[in-house]
Amino acid sequence: MPLAAIGGFKLAWRNLWRNYRRTLIMLVAIVVAVWAMIFMTALMRGMTNDMVVSGLKALPGFVQVHHSAYRDDPSVVNSFAMPDAAFRKAMSALPVTDWAVRIKVPAVIASERDTRGVTLLGIDADKEQAFGFTKEQIIAGHYLAEPTAQEQDRKGIVIGQKLLEKLETKLGRRIVIMSQDPDNNLVDRGFIISGIYSSSIPGFEEHHVYADRQYIEKMLHIPNQISEISILGSNYHDVTALTAYVKSHAPISLETLNWLELDTYLSMMSKVMDSYALVWILVIFLALSFGLINTLMMAVFERIREIGLMRALGMRGTGIIKILLLESSMLLVLGLIIGNALSLLMLYLIRDGIDLSAVADGMAMFGYGAVLHAQFIFSDMLLANGVVITLGLLICLYPAWKASRYDPVVALNKY
Amino acid sequence: MILTFAWRNLWRHKTRTWLTISAMVFSNVLLVFMFSLQSGTYNMMINNSLDVFSGHLQLQDRRYLDQPKQRYDINHVSQLAMQIRQALSSDAVSIRGSAFSLLSSESRSFGAQVIGVQPAFDQYTSTISGVVKQGRYLTSSDTDAIILGRILAKNLKLTVGDTVTLLGSDREGSIAAGVVTVVGIFSSGMPALDRNIAQISLPYFQSLFYSENRANYIVIKTADPLALSHAKNIIAPLLDAIATKDPQQQLVLRDWDALQPGIKQAIQADIGGAIFMYFILILLVSFSVMNTQLMSVLERTREFGTMMALGLRPSNISRLIMLETSVMALIGLVLGVAIGMAITVYLYFNGLTYEGMEEMTEKFNMADRIYPQISLFGAFAGPLVVMLFSCFATLYPVWKIRRLTALNAMRAV
Repeated sequence: MPLAAIGGFKLAWRNLWRNYRRTLIMLVAIVVAVWAMIFMTALMRGMTNDMVVSGLKALPGFVQVHHSAYRDDPSVVNSFAMPDAAFRKAMSALPVTDWAVRIKVPAVIASERDTRGVTLLGIDADKEQAFGFTKEQIIAGHYLAEPTAQEQDRKGIVIGQKLLEKLETKLGRRIVIMSQDPDNNLVDRGFIISGIYSSSIPGFEEHHVYADRQYIEKMLHIPNQISEISILGSNYHDVTALTAYVKSHAPISLETLNWLELDTYLSMMSKVMDSYALVWILVIFLALSFGLINTLMMAVFERIREIGLMRALGMRGTGIIKILLLESSMLLVLGLIIGNALSLLMLYLIRDGIDLSAVADGMAMFGYGAVLHAQFIFSDMLLANGVVITLGLLICLYPAWKASRYDPVVALNKY
Repeated sequence: MILTFAWRNLWRHKTRTWLTISAMVFSNVLLVFMFSLQSGTYNMMINNSLDVFSGHLQLQDRRYLDQPKQRYDINHVSQLAMQIRQALSSDAVSIRGSAFSLLSSESRSFGAQVIGVQPAFDQYTSTISGVVKQGRYLTSSDTDAIILGRILAKNLKLTVGDTVTLLGSDREGSIAAGVVTVVGIFSSGMPALDRNIAQISLPYFQSLFYSENRANYIVIKTADPLALSHAKNIIAPLLDAIATKDPQQQLVLRDWDALQPGIKQAIQADIGGAIFMYFILILLVSFSVMNTQLMSVLERTREFGTMMALGLRPSNISRLIMLETSVMALIGLVLGVAIGMAITVYLYFNGLTYEGMEEMTEKFNMADRIYPQISLFGAFAGPLVVMLFSCFATLYPVWKIRRLTALNAMRAV
């Protein structure tokens, strides 16, 4: 049996290369198709991933806790008390990897030249690092001081580069922040611009200013109150366990939501991408299948006499099907190997990302970054390979089945 | 004669020919449909983003785009707007002043962009007049009336009839303040506008912000946002006249691409990705055609030998093969365009919607259904490229014939 199997392999292999031009053309087609499936899917995945990651940075966090009315009316009135010791203890255990609290209220910023509307964020400098706003973003001046620092060191404000330009002001200059306290009194306070940051998220740096949380607390007259709690987990793909965990520990009166619920556009895009990858793989396969079936039909057709002879010599229909399927699977597997290797090689070559800064604003409009990073997911490669080999063999079954049904007498007498 | 020949040759292998044609039809249908859908989407993106507020062209001070300061404005603005209206013979030319102000209701304060508009003309340049959901739109005689975006009104906890205090700085930098009554609340569907925009009438704006007969920009809407050169050419001499009369005034005409650079680039990025995908599709079809025709040539070598012995030259046979491909491609084109257009026309009347569309359209200010755009170019561009590539792919089999001699060919199996 092993010998017969090897013989069958040899026969199929030789048959494949009898008409090497045809086989080569088909092979190239399969390689292009497999490459397009894997490479393009990885690019699309990368785009979605970039988008979600930057979206999570703007949010920030995987799960957020708010006053139940805050999302509708993000005002200082809808603040809530700092979490108690029990909650803090719960947040120091897995699945929570990091968490931070902040005050987030609408405010007006005024320089001597101009006035603008912004979102004022009161943050804890030591906690915020793991979230969207990091020290690396500071392009001039310095980051906010740690909460342990002296109060006069914590009076600075960090604003975006774009906002700085619009306000026609400079590092070290004074600006005035105006907002409201819970009793609807206008509160204002002068700040020294202590740092300037830049953000890759478009429009972000124009609308967000950062200051020390405890200082803002005093300014807004909300002692020990915050607007939101952000929580990070280990994997943004699966946040159900994290959400349930946070929900079970947070006060019931508060609203606990994960990013899928907070940003419906983002969650929808990541869902759409999953089905899109499958559609793309199937479309490419369909385009390929016409050529595949045609080539195999021709391969059978020109060997009608030969197949008739084999039948006359006693080979059964199933044997013919086996040989022809072996031939097709050799072609498919060879195409898959080269196609996979080619896509992996190309993905390796672009591992640092493709620079798309020429259309950066447009990419930003979709929420993508200017540098496109491909994201290779093994299951996508498995899917592409699975589709090609399974559907490919299924398609090849038709000509093979036809060949197996030839009447040897008729077949031998052709031509 | 040669056509009959080609035609008959094709149907010698019915299944093979139909399979090759099917490959073409499949890609053609996809191309026609996707192309129409994309241009429909792009048009919606452009129209919806621009029609709501920003218009197709804006006449501004040279510095205003980068630094939207109130003092970078246009002097003698109403005369200029009048001239443009006459030159274009269009009413879709309107003047706007723009100033950032703090709006305070009884319980809340929010910063917003306060726009002074000409209600009589702004209704042609912006769709906001049509999306006032509560109360009414502004009239030219309004003095202390204001309309607010939906989110802004909600944030300020204001409804129609309430008063709101407006606090900003005027052209000279001194404080400008007024008390106005909310007469209407609009919902444009664009969160950025609904959150940030409040409108008052232009005369009131000019008196409040101390800018008599001045405004920040003139917005112009044309018939076709993709063909602006006509309007630009008409307006250019007017600007030249101003530049010679008043060297202080440096006005420029900005088109929507400069005002909202994201839209055009988003379209370009999308087209780039799509072209790449189409190209792979077409490539696969071409391989299929190349293989079919190569086989067809190889299996007929003997036959070609006989034909050559009878006096036909290789070039005649090449032409025959090319004709066969062209006939196949033509059938593929006709069927592909027919089926593709049938789908497109159906969707043209019924619109297309899919899961997740609502989130997408909200982000890009589109209606909740996409309507593909039907055009001659969209229907035939893709299929013609497929046809071209098919003929191109046939060059390889044809090239093999060139070297054929009658004697060799007749010896072939």
